Amino acid sequence: MLTRLLSGDTPRSGLLTALLLIVLISLAFAPFLFPGTKSLETAARICIFIVLVASYDLLLGYAGIVSFAHTMFFGIGAYGTALALSTTGPNYGSLIWGTAAGAGVAALFALAIGLFSLRVKAIFFAMVTLAVASAFAVLVSQMSWLTGGEDGLNYKIPRELTPAFKLIKAKVFDVSINGKILAYYLVFFAAAILFLVMLRIVNSPFGRTLKAVRDNAFRAEAIGYRVVWYRTTATVLSAVMAALAGSLLAIWLRYTGPATTLSMEIMIDILLMVVIGGMGTLYGAVLGATLFILAQTYLQNLMGVAAEATSAVPVFSTLVAPERWLLWLGVLFILSIYFFPTGIVGRLRAGRA
Amino acid sequence: MAKEHPILETRDLTIRFGGHVAVDHVSCAFERGTLTAIVGPNGAGKTTYFNLISGQLSATSGAVLLNGETITRLSVPERTDRGIGRAFQLTNLFPTLSVRENVRLVAQAKARKGFDLFTVAESHVELLERADHVLSEVRLIDQADQTVSVLPHGDQRKLEVALLIALGPQVLMFDEPTAGMSVDEVPVILELIQKLKSDMDRTILLVEHKMDVIRTLADRIIVLHNGALVADGEPSEVIALPIVQEAYLGKAPASSGEVA
Ligand SMILES: Nc1ncnc2c1ncn2[C@@H]1O[C@H](COP(=O)(O)OP(=O)(O)OP(=O)(O)O)[C@@H](O)[C@H]1O
Ligand SMILES: [Mg+2]
Repeated sequence: MLTRLLSGDTPRSGLLTALLLIVLISLAFAPFLFPGTKSLETAARICIFIVLVASYDLLLGYAGIVSFAHTMFFGIGAYGTALALSTTGPNYGSLIWGTAAGAGVAALFALAIGLFSLRVKAIFFAMVTLAVASAFAVLVSQMSWLTGGEDGLNYKIPRELTPAFKLIKAKVFDVSINGKILAYYLVFFAAAILFLVMLRIVNSPFGRTLKAVRDNAFRAEAIGYRVVWYRTTATVLSAVMAALAGSLLAIWLRYTGPATTLSMEIMIDILLMVVIGGMGTLYGAVLGATLFILAQTYLQNLMGVAAEATSAVPVFSTLVAPERWLLWLGVLFILSIYFFPTGIVGRLRAGRA
Repeated sequence: MAKEHPILETRDLTIRFGGHVAVDHVSCAFERGTLTAIVGPNGAGKTTYFNLISGQLSATSGAVLLNGETITRLSVPERTDRGIGRAFQLTNLFPTLSVRENVRLVAQAKARKGFDLFTVAESHVELLERADHVLSEVRLIDQADQTVSVLPHGDQRKLEVALLIALGPQVLMFDEPTAGMSVDEVPVILELIQKLKSDMDRTILLVEHKMDVIRTLADRIIVLHNGALVADGEPSEVIALPIVQEAYLGKAPASSGEVA
């Protein structure tokens, strides 16, 4: 049953299974295990980024396609839901049509870019996605009458998903069950389902064909696979998944703007998360996203503590000053890529005797 | 009823690379159930001729016909669908995947299940069985779970042949299939090729340098030289031709003279 749910793609390493279980349990019970607004924000972000990073891995790790437009698709999903909620009101109807429209538009864009540029060299596709994504970001910030420009959009979501809504009066483990917690579980379960769907796709005949195309497109053609169609379909699927992740973000934040969805910074974060976790494994997305976001959120605090504790040691305390957290994050990446070139998952699976 | 077409035919097939004519107006027809050996010195255009037939290269002029239908403008996978299959001179596999997965992918392509998105690949038992069957035939079954990139060269050559056998097309083109194989493995592969021809009634084009192999397998030999078809006929006749003796066996021609 469990194997079927995982599409036969089990973690295949004891330590990896343990780590994944820790992440799963932590996220599933986050509101109770780590009460507090900041930790719930972090948990929701991790859920959303697991979907986003996994959808990027579908493209990069399985199909071997480098795209810089992933945040564009993420943004299209987020803006779809945001615009629907702000134009047709904070109800479930808007939520559904906005999400569906976002996913649909993302699919069309991906289809167009794929058919236009996947026929030629891989580098050309990468360049086209970079150009289109940049143009899209400019367009969104220019069309402020629609998108709110740089300020983005603030909107209401259905009341049942906001802190003002109380599901039950009593507290569970000292935590009051309000709409925010319902919203968290909406994000959590949607992310879990989307992840399992992607796990199925990569283990399907289609997913296997993607790996073949990545390995040797020339031979894949010679045995009868139409490589362009496989690459285009992978691009479309990946874009739709990214858009759905964007919709989840839009629902969770009740705000959508360029900085939270479209920025090149997020694109680079996604790339790093895929590489750190392990390309072409999907489980790598879970570990990559979790570790990265935890580091991003808590490294600064941790360093603040360290700097204070070592304030007597002159050079060391300046090195660990909280302002330098980005530097240390960079150092951590370089080390992790150096020591785990196949990512954490690759390393753990190889370590198995 | 109209006259029956040869299964495969090339008409004035030509390709130029800049000023160099690598295949030069080659017209030749291949009948069903025959094995034709294609010989010629290095650089004669044998591999290029194959590339034109299976579509990796597009002809400068001339035509390729399959069952009387022109396929010159079709893409590689379209030609594969219509029954042209190809093994490569330079091993050309899926290196990070397992040996079994390489063959399974071919079986999957043939069953046209590549766009199946929501079933688990491993649940298509018939594809795995087909893969294992072919792997037993080429004696690679013990290496089925190994990753291709760590396989010894000889085994990679066997897998190269296995992929074409798994595809099982109407026309099979082998480009020096036994090159790089150890001597005891060569007969296994030759026997398989023989079986494809006799039991399955397939049409086979075989580029091969080993004269003894050609003698035992071929019904016919064609000779390419500087891209042109310079000889065509029964193996014994063609082997005796001066141009073949000279180019192949390093012997001086027994007598000077033109060959057709
Ligand atoms: N893509 C290409 N671009 C330019 N020249 C090419 C190309 N492919 C082949 N050639 C040239 O065409 C000629 C024929 O090459 P081909 O590989 O067909 O020979 P061959 O008969 O298969 O030789 P061998 O026995 O060495 O395999 C050679 O001179 C080669 O350099
Ligand atoms: Mg050759």
